[in-house]
Amino acid sequence: MNSEILGISIIFLATVLLAFPLGKYMGKVYEGDKTLWDKLFNPFDKQLYRLSGIDPSRPMNWKQHLTALLTINLVWFLVSMFVLMNMGWLPLNPDANPGMSADLAFNTTVSFVSNTNLQHYSGETGVSYLGQLVLMLFQFISAGAGMAIAAVVMNAMKERTTEKLGNFYFYFVRSCTRILLPLSLVLALIFLFNGMPMTFKGKDQFISLQGDTVQVSRGPAAAMVAIKQLGTNGGGFFGANSAHPFENPNYFTNIVENIAIILIPIAFVFALGYVLKRRRFAWMVFAVMTIGFLLLLIPSVHDEMKGNIAIAKLGIAQPLGSMEGKEVRFGSAASAFWGITTTCTSNGSVNAMHDSFTPLTGMFAMLGMMINSFYGGVGVGFLNFYVFIIIAVFISGLMVGRTPELLGKKIEAKEMKIAAIIALLHPFLILAGTALSSYIYSRNPAVYTAWLNNPGHHGFSEMLYEYTSSSANNGSGFEGLGDGTPYWNITCGVVMLLARFLPIIGPVAIAGILAGKKYVPESAGTLKTDTGTFGIMVFAVIFIIAALSFFPALSLGPIAEYFGMK
Amino acid sequence: MKQHILPAIKLTVVCIVVFMVIYPLVIWVAAKAVPAKGEGEKVVVNGKVVGYALEGQRFTSDKYFNGRPSAVNYNAAGSGGSNKGPSNPDYLKEVSNRIDSFLVHNPTVKKEEIPSELVTASGSGLDPDISLKAALVQVNRIAAIRNRAPEKIQALIQSQKTRSLNGIDKVNVLQLNVALDAMK
Repeated sequence: MNSEILGISIIFLATVLLAFPLGKYMGKVYEGDKTLWDKLFNPFDKQLYRLSGIDPSRPMNWKQHLTALLTINLVWFLVSMFVLMNMGWLPLNPDANPGMSADLAFNTTVSFVSNTNLQHYSGETGVSYLGQLVLMLFQFISAGAGMAIAAVVMNAMKERTTEKLGNFYFYFVRSCTRILLPLSLVLALIFLFNGMPMTFKGKDQFISLQGDTVQVSRGPAAAMVAIKQLGTNGGGFFGANSAHPFENPNYFTNIVENIAIILIPIAFVFALGYVLKRRRFAWMVFAVMTIGFLLLLIPSVHDEMKGNIAIAKLGIAQPLGSMEGKEVRFGSAASAFWGITTTCTSNGSVNAMHDSFTPLTGMFAMLGMMINSFYGGVGVGFLNFYVFIIIAVFISGLMVGRTPELLGKKIEAKEMKIAAIIALLHPFLILAGTALSSYIYSRNPAVYTAWLNNPGHHGFSEMLYEYTSSSANNGSGFEGLGDGTPYWNITCGVVMLLARFLPIIGPVAIAGILAGKKYVPESAGTLKTDTGTFGIMVFAVIFIIAALSFFPALSLGPIAEYFGMK
Repeated sequence: MKQHILPAIKLTVVCIVVFMVIYPLVIWVAAKAVPAKGEGEKVVVNGKVVGYALEGQRFTSDKYFNGRPSAVNYNAAGSGGSNKGPSNPDYLKEVSNRIDSFLVHNPTVKKEEIPSELVTASGSGLDPDISLKAALVQVNRIAAIRNRAPEKIQALIQSQKTRSLNGIDKVNVLQLNVALDAMK
């Protein structure tokens, strides 16, 4: 029992210890400072720029950054749509899986381009190996794009007045080649030696000990699993994601994968400290994120290890805790820990089925996505947090009667409006989607009976979770939801699309506008943003926005289910 | 936007070459150095493949140790959990039926001795393991049907036991059953 808790404590501490040097390294990569690996990467990157006809030293303003980002995403969208709809006849398809329908291809494309990795298909039967490789490509480049944009915002937060915020392609290529690629190579090799498959052969067949004929899906999984975790993507090779023994063979790989889930999101905070040369500010951000994360984590681990009350009433023992949807080799504590890390970071891979979590753990997983900035996704998690910082600065400035300033830049009505819109967009998308679906379902439950795998409050939670996951660009699910229909494919696709790009555009615009303003040096009248008091303020803003917007919906779902089981 | 289109297309092509071709090829070549060659480790008995070490398979017969219930019936060309919510009445009825059935097949076992993982479906539907307790609780049935001393079966389980890094004692059901068949 205690050894399970020790296991997850080690995962968390190891991550922080690794994130510290990695964050410093990432800061150097984005600043263009010298690192040990320059001799290796400089010529490599140079070739990439040359072949693409890019001048990485040409500075861009914030609008040019956004245009570059949106243009390249459009290209990716088209590539992905083409492959997913035509993979039936394209090569690398030993299991003869068919191409996708247009609505499913739309959902899957948006899902992977937006770094969400919501999967309305199952890996074994829904995509060819070529399809898997294309999706893996997006796991690299969508993560790289998010990181590049966060680098732009960090650059804009520096103490100076400028329009020039570096080059988008420079940040993007460096994120991919100097951070994601080397880490993925290391991870994939570790996975290989723990038995994860990496083959282009199709299904195997054998006769089991008991005499059943069994077919086994395989594939080039090890390469994909590495980047799926590092880039907070989460899209699994197999249907069961990292609960599948081929995708997460033992407790050691579970540790490695779980570290990979939160490593870069945490490292980003330390990179911020390096770039801004403001360690205290970075520690304030880290402390707020970590306290929030622990508040979600601890009750979840407790509840899962305690077991399901309804199962206890049946009179059997639950020595390993609530085991429905979980694997014996991980146990309850590591499954709950994974569940919270994957939802807090917008990763969305799972090592246990979230639909079968006890009610409050399911709620904390949802809360992680609703807040979406306790570490958050690679790059974009910081952007979400940035919005909350802006709001906190503005509110606390008004409260104490000081000019609202963030790092020497005055925050005015325009920036505040953008921040408020972005902060409210997320609850709006989630609640509007859930409300619409609930309305459609309740008008005609008999017709839509295939939507919900569970009755009552838990069924409502399944719909709420799906939109939360889409809007948080997370990608996990209460997978009992019958989501492989045009309705779900299209509505979730639209939510993912809006929830990816608007929360990128908003913070970049704010940061760009602030960067162009006059720099006011700190004085006695400046509101200090690197103190514990300000940290509490940020936390309060996050709590109020999340709690007030989502509490009613959560009461109808997991909270009602919890009290119903008492 | 115009000035960004061409670089975007070219950069995408370059990324395809690096991340979609070279990166997986490197890993694929490295896989050749691994014992199982990246194809999954097979379990071979008398020269015949009887399964994959990492993947659970269906054991319903009384003469074998049974694994966990599977929402996909141990179909290794698909995978998944039941996705049943904790309060779902149909689900609780199903678990209750599994408990009754287990008690019928294992008459010496008391209800409160059944560990929950033996009557709840795993996340992947292919869970290869059960806990040590879940194996021990099946000893009397197997001893009776195979006509062996229970102590011998218990010793066999202990020899197959592994401990996860998180301290959970477990056995791989396929390996255990292979060893059971090989028992003299």
